[in-house]
Amino acid sequence: MVVAERKPIKEILAMMADYKKILLVGCKGCVTVCCAGGTKEVGILASALRIAKKKEGKPFEVIEKTLERQCDPEYIEQVAPIVEGEGVEAILSMACSVGPQYLAKRYNVPVYPALNTTFIGGSLEHGVWAEFCQACGNCIIHYFGGICPIARCSKSLLNGPCGGSAGGKCEVSPEIDCAWHLIYERMKALGKLDELTKIFPIKDWSTSRDGGPRKVVREDMKL
Amino acid sequence: MKAGSRLEKILSSGQFAVTGELGPPRGADVEVIKKKAEHLRGMVDSINVTDNQTSVVRMCSMAVCKLLLEMGLEPNLQMTCRDRNRIAIQSDLLGAYALGIKNVLCLSGDHNKFGDHPQAKNVFDIDSMQLIQTVKQMRDDGKLLSGQECEGVPKFFIGAAVNPFGDPFDFRPIRLAKKVAAGVDFIQTQCIYNMDKFREYMKRVVDMGLAEKCYILAGITPLKSLGMARYMARFVPGLDVPDYYLKRLAGVEKKKQAEEGIKIAVEQIQEIREIEGVAGIHLMAIEWEHKVPEIIKAAGLYPRPEVE
Repeated sequence: MVVAERKPIKEILAMMADYKKILLVGCKGCVTVCCAGGTKEVGILASALRIAKKKEGKPFEVIEKTLERQCDPEYIEQVAPIVEGEGVEAILSMACSVGPQYLAKRYNVPVYPALNTTFIGGSLEHGVWAEFCQACGNCIIHYFGGICPIARCSKSLLNGPCGGSAGGKCEVSPEIDCAWHLIYERMKALGKLDELTKIFPIKDWSTSRDGGPRKVVREDMKL
Repeated sequence: MKAGSRLEKILSSGQFAVTGELGPPRGADVEVIKKKAEHLRGMVDSINVTDNQTSVVRMCSMAVCKLLLEMGLEPNLQMTCRDRNRIAIQSDLLGAYALGIKNVLCLSGDHNKFGDHPQAKNVFDIDSMQLIQTVKQMRDDGKLLSGQECEGVPKFFIGAAVNPFGDPFDFRPIRLAKKVAAGVDFIQTQCIYNMDKFREYMKRVVDMGLAEKCYILAGITPLKSLGMARYMARFVPGLDVPDYYLKRLAGVEKKKQAEEGIKIAVEQIQEIREIEGVAGIHLMAIEWEHKVPEIIKAAGLYPRPEVE
């Protein structure tokens, strides 16, 4: 999933400084799963904004709404009556950054992101998420025992651990596992260490963001 | 002869080589470089010029290499993959060769998180292994990665680094084997303090036949003080400083620690010369270049051999 986290309340309040009435939109997709922008988080942020504005003695109205997704135009359409009929001055989105971009494309009011979109990842334990994929556009994890060296090695090395690997940890931080240590142990357990003796060739990054913004086209699904 | 550098000539003639290191200044002062380089003159066969080591911005390695050439000294251009993509790497290699630089050390590079610009976007388009392959392809096939023929082929003596003390230890000789397969000519190791572990590493390397396929130069960094030794032990990832050296330095009074550190380095060099498969030393006297003559002389490595 796309993992995100909410911006600090101070930063969000600064964005909302000039508005008296806003629409706060959550998303029931990834950001609900990673507890950053679902119905619950919309409620919490709305309350925090109201309290802060009240303290400042400024009138402030927040309309709360959580959509199925914010990465599909059909769901974005659902807030049209609110945005266009209720005098909303701005939209604050709690989706990953796709959401606010879709909202901005559809509605003629300023749109703000309440979240920082952090990475494609999964949960490690309750309340902890980690990065697993960098969306390079050409998956190669099967060569590395199912562990992605591009997303999980700090230097995206493809041919083994750098000299900074110590005790299974990355030189960048003891909080980061050395991906190459994990790959080594995994390949050893699989009896496939031989495969790590081969030189992995230079990667073609044109399928990654380096080739420019990407698009997936499925002719078979077009209407 | 692949490149005909002084370093290559000494190594290929079977003589014990000595390389040194020069860290460029955090500014544009040429005098700093000249001063450091003069301490190394006649003491080492080739001088590594670091490439923004620990990700701290310094004068670029290629410019300093050129300054050394002008002084009549042989440089070894360190090149990392951290700050350059394959376009810049190949371009820099062509330029370096055009300036007369014949040795290049292929590195992945310290992560930018450690340096003075942790906010920087890093590159890592290719890794050190692939950088070795790139330099070799340019030299031996006369072709760029694109397949484009080089108008003028850069003939480099290709170096790389290894850390015998990085984990997983069992993978380290395999990683060296990969660097040999990629086309490396010489290796400079990370600073060695744990001699037993280095002996074990070299035994494996020799058993795998790797010492015959590349020249291995053992990395030595003299400890200036107990403080430095403690710092290296605690904060430099992948470095192994055994307690007995810390105790030894702690056992002498503070103003004599530098002297003791030099003694340790000289002893290490003497021990290393006895280890099968070691072709030379790489002396990294960090901000201590003026002590190099003393160390080299005490280790019996002076004078350095003449080459044609």
